[in-house]
Amino acid sequence: MTAPLFVHLLRLADDRLVLGHRTSEWCGHGPILEEDIALANIALDQIGEASLFLKLAGALEGQERDEDALAYFREAIDYRNALLVELPNGDFGFTIVRQFFFSVFSLLQMRALKSSTNQDLAGIAAKAEKEATYHVRHCAQWVVTLGDGTAESHARAQAAVDELWRYTGELFLADDIDREVAAAGVGVDPSTLQSEWSAQVGRVLREATLTTPDVKFMQRGGRAGKHTEHLGHMLSEMQILARSHPGATW
Amino acid sequence: MANQHDTTTTGDAAADSQWPLWEVFLQPPKGEPHQHAGSVHATTAEQALQNARDVYSRRGEAVSIWVVPSVAITASTPEDMGPFFDPGNDKPYRHPQFYKVPRGVRVF
Repeated sequence: MTAPLFVHLLRLADDRLVLGHRTSEWCGHGPILEEDIALANIALDQIGEASLFLKLAGALEGQERDEDALAYFREAIDYRNALLVELPNGDFGFTIVRQFFFSVFSLLQMRALKSSTNQDLAGIAAKAEKEATYHVRHCAQWVVTLGDGTAESHARAQAAVDELWRYTGELFLADDIDREVAAAGVGVDPSTLQSEWSAQVGRVLREATLTTPDVKFMQRGGRAGKHTEHLGHMLSEMQILARSHPGATW
Repeated sequence: MANQHDTTTTGDAAADSQWPLWEVFLQPPKGEPHQHAGSVHATTAEQALQNARDVYSRRGEAVSIWVVPSVAITASTPEDMGPFFDPGNDKPYRHPQFYKVPRGVRVF
């Protein structure tokens, strides 16, 4: 059980760490001060969640790797996030649509994970569920504002939906690891979340006058460590401080 | 978003290409009345509420938030100072301390 749960925790953590870092790249670049703060808040929430999941993973592994070791001293090939979260931010519309897609997924995932038989995991999920609820509310409001806004904001939002859609399928791919931890009552099988995700996302896209793409082909690979070229570049920036000054505190 | 406020008529805000301004009132956790916290820019009431949450109430400062379009507030001006506020100073009977408490009540 230990080995599959470790990987399951890495997947939970890495989705949030990578997207949290991507979102943090907006700090100082938001369209207005209020949204700059909102994006930074969302980024920090997700990095905080990642930190808790990694701490738990490190304790479970028993190799004396704490959350910092797992975040800053793993290579891209050892990251287990979905490809969706590592893509560069693009424009504000792309950032918001991506965050919306992920946050709805995260909300459903955390809601299910709250009943984990692992008390630590259930506790983190309860905290993260509240945060994800707000992220969904904030992003859904923006998706509708942009989609049902001007001709340009609509076009950009639709372009983001079209570009990102092929990366959403991977969120719901379950392998033996997911099935094993789910069967043990500890983790969540992501494939069980897909229909609710499609329903919730579909409702908001309709309200935003955006079209749900009819795409069958879905990208995959991140859960097994096969990433786009973007992740390595992102990690080099994210990890350089910790690697240049190992053990530094501030 | 049922309670969307129509802000399309806020001429002043549109003129400087800023989003409309909203005043933010927070109710502290202990149940005191809402107090003015500051202001945020937003295009809708829902967005104003979210921005207020993100800017002013991330550290447990509030259990309730009100947002009000700034243009909906009518404020007194400095010129009102005299006529509005000074006349009260020579009317001590407006303060409860002016009245003697009867002896029968005093025991409480």
